[in-house]
Amino acid sequence: MAANTSLLGRIRLVLWGLVAIAAFVGGAIFLGHMQEAARQGASLPGAVRIGGDFELVDQNGDPYSSEALKGRPHAVFFGFTHCPDICPTTLFEMTKHLEALGPDADKLTVLFVTVDPARDTPAQLKTYLSAFDPRIVGLSGSAKQVADAASKYRIVAEKVATSDGSYTMNHTASVFLFDSSGTLVSTLNWEEPEETRHKKLQRLMQRS
Amino acid sequence: MLKLARRNFFLGAMFAIALTALAFAAAPKLTAEDAKHTHSGVMIEKAWTRATPPGAKVAGGFVTIMNHGKEADRLIGGSFALSQRVEVHEMTMTEGVMRMNEVKGGLEIAPGATVELKPGGYHLMFMELGGEPKVGTPVKGTLQFEKAGEVAVEFAVAPLGAKSLHGKGGDMPTGQDHGGHEMKHNH
Repeated sequence: MAANTSLLGRIRLVLWGLVAIAAFVGGAIFLGHMQEAARQGASLPGAVRIGGDFELVDQNGDPYSSEALKGRPHAVFFGFTHCPDICPTTLFEMTKHLEALGPDADKLTVLFVTVDPARDTPAQLKTYLSAFDPRIVGLSGSAKQVADAASKYRIVAEKVATSDGSYTMNHTASVFLFDSSGTLVSTLNWEEPEETRHKKLQRLMQRS
Repeated sequence: MLKLARRNFFLGAMFAIALTALAFAAAPKLTAEDAKHTHSGVMIEKAWTRATPPGAKVAGGFVTIMNHGKEADRLIGGSFALSQRVEVHEMTMTEGVMRMNEVKGGLEIAPGATVELKPGGYHLMFMELGGEPKVGTPVKGTLQFEKAGEVAVEFAVAPLGAKSLHGKGGDMPTGQDHGGHEMKHNH
């Protein structure tokens, strides 16, 4: 009886030991993740990391990588030129916002990344963007490069067939705002008033 | 339970009687003259589109449709002088994702209803643009309805980024007032 109790006691002790080890390991992993997230610049502990390194091609056909964003506040959004509504509107609104920011606008990098590299060649982007602020950078690249960048920015991009055998794209339409350290600080969307968006951009510039 | 069933039956019967009475009350108002106009009458207002960036292959078309008829009709397509094809699409936004879907089988316009095709919602998708819509130069087109058939419209051209024909966003389209305002009766 006594031997039994002490055996049970020992098992219990071992189990508690295992629990303690599991908690320690789990905690360490969690802390590691948080540190990693903080190092990479996520704005909240545990928040999904948005953004990252990419290699793309700009509207002039020159390579453009995330290196160009180091130390600069930037606004990034994805779209495509076969887009009847939200993409030209976003580009138009960004053009107005850049104008409203005045000299500060020169310190902001604005990227328009295509989700449709097959049709949006650098040349097509260049033509299309000529209607907007010349500081807006249009980015394309190989299907793989674009898919890689889109996944780093957590972009939903899916082809939808149209009845004539062509296609359109569903895609994330938010504009992501990053400060000069690469931290995601806010997003813009077109359902909020222009004034709200302008204030967010002003705050971004003050932060950076 | 039985009591409830009986009450439901009673309610149902009352409803049927009321409906029949309504039908009889409404019927005599349909004179022979009215009948041909009310069979399927759609009215089109505020047809507009936007100037597009250079190289754009698509544009959105917006319009307000009123169905003055007694029957539902469907907008199934149309034409636009500057594009090869026109489809009826719906845009939705969920959690920051913009989705575009063709409205399969056409967009229903219920009798008495007014349906507004506008930015961010239902719209006409002008595909394979062959020219750029220019602010102030209306573009001819048609809307195709299942019952009312083809209705001619003229699309006013608002500036890039305009959120409505006369609203803010871009500036007002210059040199013109309203878009097409046509009425179509099916005889």
